[in-house]
Amino acid sequence: MAALLESLLCKKVDIKTVLEWLKNDEEGERLAFSEPQVSVHKQEFVPFLLNFLREQSSRALTHGPATPAKTPNRLRPGAQGCRSAAGAAAGSRSASRVQLFSPSPSVSPGSEWDAASHSLSGVNPFSSPSFATGWSPASRPSGHERRSGQKVSLGDYMVSPPDLQKSPSIQSQKSRRRSGGNMALGGQGKHGGWRQAHHSDEIGRRPSRGGGNSRISEQVSPPSVGQLNLNNLEDFPPVGSSPISPAASKPSRRINPTPVSEERAHSKPKTCFTSIPFTESSSPSLAVDALEGPLTVGSPLSLQEERELLKKEKTKRAQQVSSPLLSSLDPCTPTKSGLGAGSKVTPELQTPCPEPSKVTFSSELDLLAELYCTCISENLVPNIFLELFFVVQLLTSQSAHTHDDDERESLCSVNSEIMERCYLRRVHNCVYFAVKVLQNQFQLVAHLDKCTLRLLAENERVASFSPALRDRLTEAQGGSTAQHSPSVSTFIHSVPFQPATDNQSNFCSTHAFHIFKKQRDIFYEVLREWEDFHKEQGWNFDAALGRRIRGIMSQLTSAGNHSHFARLFLKQLIQVCKGPGVNSSPGETPDADLLGMLGADSLGRLKRLEERLIQPQGVVGPCPPPSFPGHQEFFRDFLQAASCCHLNQHLQDSLCQQLLQLDEVSILSPPASVAGVDEEGDGDMEQQDEKQRFTSVLLLARLLAKFLGFISFLPYQTSERPSREIRDAAVALRSKSVPVLDVCAVLSNSMKRRRTILTVPWLVEFLSMMDFVGPLLLCYRTALGKLLLLYRRMLLGRCGEMCYLNKLLTVSVLGWLFQIPVIPEDIFFTNEFTEVAKLEDSSTSAAGLDCIPLVDQQLLYTCCPFLGEFRKLLAAFVSGSSAKSGGIIRKITPTSAELKDAPTANRSQQKLQVDLEQAFFHNQPPSLRRTVEFVAERVGSNAVKHMKATLVSELVERGEKMLRDGLASPNSNPSKLNDSICAQLCVAGLEAMAKATRFCSEKSPEAIRILLSDETSPAVRTTSENITKRLATEKACSWLSANITALIRREWKSRYDRVMKTAAGPPPPHSRLDVEAAAPEPPTKEEPSAAPKTRRGSERVTSCPPHCSHGASLPSDVLIEMKEWLSIAVGPRTNDELLTGSQAKALLQRVADTLACRKFSTATSEQMLLNSTVLLACRLVSAELPVLSPSEGDGDVAGSGSEPPVRALLEQLAALWQADGCSSAPLHLLFAQLTVSAVLKASDAEWKNYLFLVRKLVDGQVLSEEEVISHWRKLTNLALPAKLVENFQLQSQSIKPPLPLAELQSQLDVLQVSQQAVEGAT
Amino acid sequence: MQSHAYHCNQMKMTLSRAEYKEIVRWTDQLRPTRQCMKTLKERFPNHSQSTLLSIFSLEYQKRTKRTFSRHHAPEVIDGHYQRYLSGAKAHPAAPVLLELANKADLSPALMARIILERFLQGPEGEMPSKTVLNSMLKEPSLIPDPILAKNIYQCTINDCCYGPLVDCIKHAIGQEHEVLLCDKLKERNLSFLDENQLRVMGYDKTPDIILEVPIAVEGHIVHWIESKASFGDDHSHRTYLNEQFWSYWNRFGPGLVIYWYGFIEELDCQRDRGILLKDGFPADIVLCHAAQQNGPPHQPQ
Repeated sequence: MAALLESLLCKKVDIKTVLEWLKNDEEGERLAFSEPQVSVHKQEFVPFLLNFLREQSSRALTHGPATPAKTPNRLRPGAQGCRSAAGAAAGSRSASRVQLFSPSPSVSPGSEWDAASHSLSGVNPFSSPSFATGWSPASRPSGHERRSGQKVSLGDYMVSPPDLQKSPSIQSQKSRRRSGGNMALGGQGKHGGWRQAHHSDEIGRRPSRGGGNSRISEQVSPPSVGQLNLNNLEDFPPVGSSPISPAASKPSRRINPTPVSEERAHSKPKTCFTSIPFTESSSPSLAVDALEGPLTVGSPLSLQEERELLKKEKTKRAQQVSSPLLSSLDPCTPTKSGLGAGSKVTPELQTPCPEPSKVTFSSELDLLAELYCTCISENLVPNIFLELFFVVQLLTSQSAHTHDDDERESLCSVNSEIMERCYLRRVHNCVYFAVKVLQNQFQLVAHLDKCTLRLLAENERVASFSPALRDRLTEAQGGSTAQHSPSVSTFIHSVPFQPATDNQSNFCSTHAFHIFKKQRDIFYEVLREWEDFHKEQGWNFDAALGRRIRGIMSQLTSAGNHSHFARLFLKQLIQVCKGPGVNSSPGETPDADLLGMLGADSLGRLKRLEERLIQPQGVVGPCPPPSFPGHQEFFRDFLQAASCCHLNQHLQDSLCQQLLQLDEVSILSPPASVAGVDEEGDGDMEQQDEKQRFTSVLLLARLLAKFLGFISFLPYQTSERPSREIRDAAVALRSKSVPVLDVCAVLSNSMKRRRTILTVPWLVEFLSMMDFVGPLLLCYRTALGKLLLLYRRMLLGRCGEMCYLNKLLTVSVLGWLFQIPVIPEDIFFTNEFTEVAKLEDSSTSAAGLDCIPLVDQQLLYTCCPFLGEFRKLLAAFVSGSSAKSGGIIRKITPTSAELKDAPTANRSQQKLQVDLEQAFFHNQPPSLRRTVEFVAERVGSNAVKHMKATLVSELVERGEKMLRDGLASPNSNPSKLNDSICAQLCVAGLEAMAKATRFCSEKSPEAIRILLSDETSPAVRTTSENITKRLATEKACSWLSANITALIRREWKSRYDRVMKTAAGPPPPHSRLDVEAAAPEPPTKEEPSAAPKTRRGSERVTSCPPHCSHGASLPSDVLIEMKEWLSIAVGPRTNDELLTGSQAKALLQRVADTLACRKFSTATSEQMLLNSTVLLACRLVSAELPVLSPSEGDGDVAGSGSEPPVRALLEQLAALWQADGCSSAPLHLLFAQLTVSAVLKASDAEWKNYLFLVRKLVDGQVLSEEEVISHWRKLTNLALPAKLVENFQLQSQSIKPPLPLAELQSQLDVLQVSQQAVEGAT
Repeated sequence: MQSHAYHCNQMKMTLSRAEYKEIVRWTDQLRPTRQCMKTLKERFPNHSQSTLLSIFSLEYQKRTKRTFSRHHAPEVIDGHYQRYLSGAKAHPAAPVLLELANKADLSPALMARIILERFLQGPEGEMPSKTVLNSMLKEPSLIPDPILAKNIYQCTINDCCYGPLVDCIKHAIGQEHEVLLCDKLKERNLSFLDENQLRVMGYDKTPDIILEVPIAVEGHIVHWIESKASFGDDHSHRTYLNEQFWSYWNRFGPGLVIYWYGFIEELDCQRDRGILLKDGFPADIVLCHAAQQNGPPHQPQ
């Protein structure tokens, strides 16, 4: 290992040989090189190289790319600088000097301590992934791996501050709520300071102290560590004093740095590491590894041998300790002055400006860069972006530099140990190296987002070290498609109720239907509550919602409704979480409400603002752990709280089915003609559509796969990596049952059919949810092995059939997968996994998805949000260096709070329309949306084709004519002519948009009308037509506006060439001049206004008289007045409450009107109104309700029975009852005992009024005389005075044939007798 | 199609919580009688009568619920009954029962019910059927005892919060406002499905109106409209939210609730989550693509 590198550096081995060896994957993995007669495994060499670089640069990176702005104190580099990092720890000559990073735990604040320990152990504290090599001295076993008997090494302190390792769950659970403090420690403990920001989920939320400074300044709590004996060789073995014999090295592995919290799998797997996948596994840890069995499979040495080596090593180092250089330590920084809040230190002043002229070891650096680049290019590194990240860190490294460096330099060069030279000790060298690598990996870099490219291009270091690179970067910005935030509708909706699936006929019983009705509502209630409170401090999901959720579950179980609920759950999940809007990087998820308020046009601005806000914030590194951002968290927590196996099973079934369906989705490859079009270009319209479809399928599949994985592995999740015994038992047990998804088959099939670009990203999501045992099961092991082989094969630099961005996405997600905690550390550098796997050859015939340029930069960044880390890193550097040059650190006050309060009026109409469209589809059957989208897509596409066929060809013809005319004229200049014609044609071409719009407006409604069923309501149909029109027009116009000019130019150019070619020959006949000359279709007429409006809604059984204007008082109003009047009648009352005759008349008139207009009436209100009129009549005839005559003054009760007002009212009433529809008036009440006795008690006038009314009714044929008589007859116990009968009789006789009076008379005696009884009673 | 829907719209409909509280405080001691209503109206001339009545009615119902058990203990009922009997005997023409109800701070209509129920009780204490009871309350002339009948009628007709006539009025008001809502929608040429149609289609929860094509009101999407011919106070709004509005949201998305008699302003705080409150038919309506404008012209009825 080291020997090989050494030989290379000494130029004893030809670099070309090695490069060839690295590149060639056919030949043996081993390289035999002459010198020490050893052979080297590729699998061992690569990690060695990577670690070598990390260690080399560890010093330069101690301050971290995190922020140059915060190297508060000058590092006093001693002569030890020429030694490796470990040496550095041991030596400043002057105790008075202040050193930032010191290993002394007693004084150092956490971060510095951490940094120091890293440098001691050769691990770069700030993320640089470190790869183990055999000679790396410090062991860093993680807490639970450590055996009790083992000595404590400094690395341990770094990894496991006591409270961290023991209860990591606490911090992971609470991390969201805390800022800084212990949390920071947690992050840094493992990964170096700045990375904690990611875990804490606090990006953008943490108080920003002094801009970039905040990152480290928060990590203040020093781990409480016991006093260390720095002379203890076991604790501080010097590094690099002498390389261990190559034989002793083993493939590196990460020390498991994953203090996986108890809840990791269940809750936020935040504590996961980011980019220290391979920490050093040094001698002591080898022993540990050996005990761990399978993990050390690759180790060629026995335990005993290793121990021997270790001993030797120790003795060797013991001798070195006496070296004066190592005898004293640089004094540590006593305080973190400058790191504190608000302090504006500008330590950059001490940071040297890297200069190309000061680069040392340039040839060696070239060689290293070349080796390194080959490893990257050949996918020999587990994650290419991790390496790129490291390189950018080097580029932005801020190693403090003093004049002592020069002295050190001399020491360095003096040093004969070639491996111990400080190649990357100085910032000049780092930058030189980084620029070299960037140059070499330009293609990869060029695919990063525009902003990153700009930051790189503007980076002064790049400019000074390689102007050429800068130029290329500047140029590349143009090619890089702008990463605009997709204008996702922020419209969050419920799952619509669809009668087809949700109404009662879909349930086994009415009971089940009603149960589900309730469960649906509770589900949303829970969701709303979560939205309201989950960010609040102290809120606990299970405590707040668990009981209710389990309540839902038990209800579902009793009703057997799980399938319905599973569908609702999944639909809601997709509704809320699908789409690129869900940023998988926590803290970056834009607040949906906020976006909704701002509207579409503010979105861009907000995004930019947000970016600025985020930039100086924590850089989380390119390997964040799997997470459940945004609403996904709710669904995950819901499942955990529910812990309902029924539900999970239903979900699993459904997820599997949907996933496999999605995986099969057919995406059309672009027509052959377009295949030649530049990959980066927008491509043809169809191609764009397919791309969009692919994007949506892919994102959905990833979401579903993550949840399928989550549910499937949920029962096996453990907080900690299980011990070997448990693991083996679990493997044996679980290998007997069938996994939920046959990942291997899916993968093989996908590879065969070249659909990996779709399958791999979602499989990665699925696998990222595995528990610790999962990867060891044969099925998943095989799948991982296959993925590994696939990764190694997917070389970005090689032209293959697969498009670059497709490959980049695959490589990126795979690289990420290999870094997450549950994936065994050694997967990448052993054969264990690949042994079981085999890559199928793809069937030759099919050209699968892989060959279609489906991935664009936006999709890449959506799937791999961690790629944005480059930008953050560079931006952090910018803010630091601008401060250095006297610039102002951008202080950005988050303004989101204010924006949130922005009035909703700001919401643009355009946004509202889009929302309305979405809303429209929400409650329609899904087929309607599909139809509209399909038609819109087709019509839009046809519009473009139509424009090509008509307008463009006509223009070209016109151009040809102009050209020929021009050529015919003397002194013509063909090239000038060409330009001017082309320009004219392009201007004319702009007409295309208007024409396409007309085309779409005409064609869309036709198609929609044919496709929708006849029963569709006119409003729905019209709306669908309009939406289709809009979508089609938008599609066509956006394509045309972007491409019409280019299209015309292209067409024109070929025509021009042809004309010019034939110009010499005979002029061609104007063959096709009369093509469908773009006579535009007449503008579409508005819809036929026929379509009678069939009002299905609101049809009421009304039978108003013809020409009724419905102007009558509302029944309720009249009822209220009648009630009032009646209550006055019944009393108690005061006289001034009485109505006058005219008031009463008016009221009765209104009653009559209301009864006539039946628009608002219901059976009950009508009946009640009629009742009230009859009751009123009763009170009037008995004079219980006096009526004031208009002439009389207030207060005086009119002659109670005075005829004029009362008679008139009674007449009015009688007329009213005569009217249509009033037959149900309870007129019998007029003859009720109460009424008649009241009349009897009153005066003559009342008698007369009463008879008058009855007579009116009889006359008006409302009642027959027989009815009247029979009513009276019923009053058996009431005396009917003779007078009454007489009067009635008299009236009758005067008008009518005589009543059967004899009969009445015969009863008279009886009645009169009983009347006395009544009077007595009252 | 001129309308009377806004006969009270000139009045202040939405109230701040403070205003509302003042009214409530003032209604605290009121009885549900004509006279009390009159004083209430005089006290708050700027508020619509319907709003005041609705607020009072809601408050009074709360009060009744609180004290209901107090009046329904058998011994209490007996006491009321005996007092009525002796009162009616002494003053057959006096509004004995009504005064009794006011004295006991019980709704007259409820007092009438209790007394009638007691009157109808069989010798063994068996209760009369609900139908008989209700029909007699509705039509006191059916009551065999004319004096009792008179008293009962006096109670039910004078009560403005309870009683068959009040129930009928409330129902009529609700009905009318639904019709008004439909009218307004038709006027704007908005196509919709009503409750009955939805029920036929098998919907499990049905708002008054579902718009076939959603609209936007003051920038908020509206899928459904629920008409409430009452004042929206905290208690009723909370109940409605839990039992109706959220359920509608859960199925049909955001919607609009019209409290025709106003509501407490502060309750309109769920706009962004999809429940919009208005005290009348909204004026600011944005149509989807102005679809209806291109659609078939409105057919006059």
